[in-house]
Amino acid sequence: MDMIKDTAFETALIEIISKGLPLVKQPYAAIAEQLGCSESEVIEGIQRIMMRGDLKRFGVVVRHRQLGYRANGMVVWDVPDARVREVGHCIGQYAFVTLCYQRPRRLPDWHYNLFSMIHGQDRAAVEAQVDFIVEQCGLQDIDHKTLFSKRCFKQRGASYSQARADCPDARRGIAANG
Amino acid sequence: MRQFSKLEQRLLNEFQQGLPLTPNPYADIARQLGVYETTVVETLKRLQTEGVVSRVGAVFRPNRVGASTLAAMAVPEEQLEHIAAIVNAFDEVNHNYEREHDYNLWFVVVARDEERLQQVLLEIEACCGFTVLDLPLLEEFFIDLGFDLKWT
Repeated sequence: MDMIKDTAFETALIEIISKGLPLVKQPYAAIAEQLGCSESEVIEGIQRIMMRGDLKRFGVVVRHRQLGYRANGMVVWDVPDARVREVGHCIGQYAFVTLCYQRPRRLPDWHYNLFSMIHGQDRAAVEAQVDFIVEQCGLQDIDHKTLFSKRCFKQRGASYSQARADCPDARRGIAANG
Repeated sequence: MRQFSKLEQRLLNEFQQGLPLTPNPYADIARQLGVYETTVVETLKRLQTEGVVSRVGAVFRPNRVGASTLAAMAVPEEQLEHIAAIVNAFDEVNHNYEREHDYNLWFVVVARDEERLQQVLLEIEACCGFTVLDLPLLEEFFIDLGFDLKWT
């Protein structure tokens, strides 16, 4: 394939695997049929995307809320710039932390620069984990806040073209107990 | 929450990454679990219908494909549902949550490039009438190995 065809193929492939594979015995063959190419081209395409390190994960994507992890806290920290890396690595090492990112401050409206995500069975569990982090990473002097999630209005894989809201909680109008 | 069978628990916990790149990936999984290929496919389908599984597929690193950001808005409580629906209508928005804070609406925007991303944020501001905080990822401090589910 030439460069342009190659890029268009990859974009289409990324779109499909991001939205989810068809749940059939031979998913890559099904994708190949959809894209008008061979099964091995699909498999090699996904391998190429993986080799570049673009994927975090490739497999079963679960919904925490539906699995009894009702509490989701986004913990935001106001860390002195000189300590962000050290603190980020400390927070990010724990298995119960599912994301740990540095983001810019937007002063004066927003002064937190480190974001971490914690899922727990309930609010108390998340709060206990935050306390644990504060103690283990020595963050007693660092201002932080836990923003518990309430309603989920939309949750789905990234899309580059087609609109498809996919969020059972929002559809059922359930206000989860954060 | 209903009880999950041992098979379901293992499918949910052990296969969040590393889906085999072989013609019959579910047959490979079935071999590991000691069940039929059809059982794996049917169980995953059921879990997806129930909403426990979002999809079997790829989770991309932020900003490796296209451009993305985490955005937030402070919306008066009584307008929140209405505003959330407007935000949802943008195809570039893929997560949208209410959170406990003055900034109470948090959403992730993914666009094909940075220019389109900024354009979408401006459109959202214009449609909603609230300032949008644009908080793009600067650095990532952890390795995502999936989420270890603790069965009780």
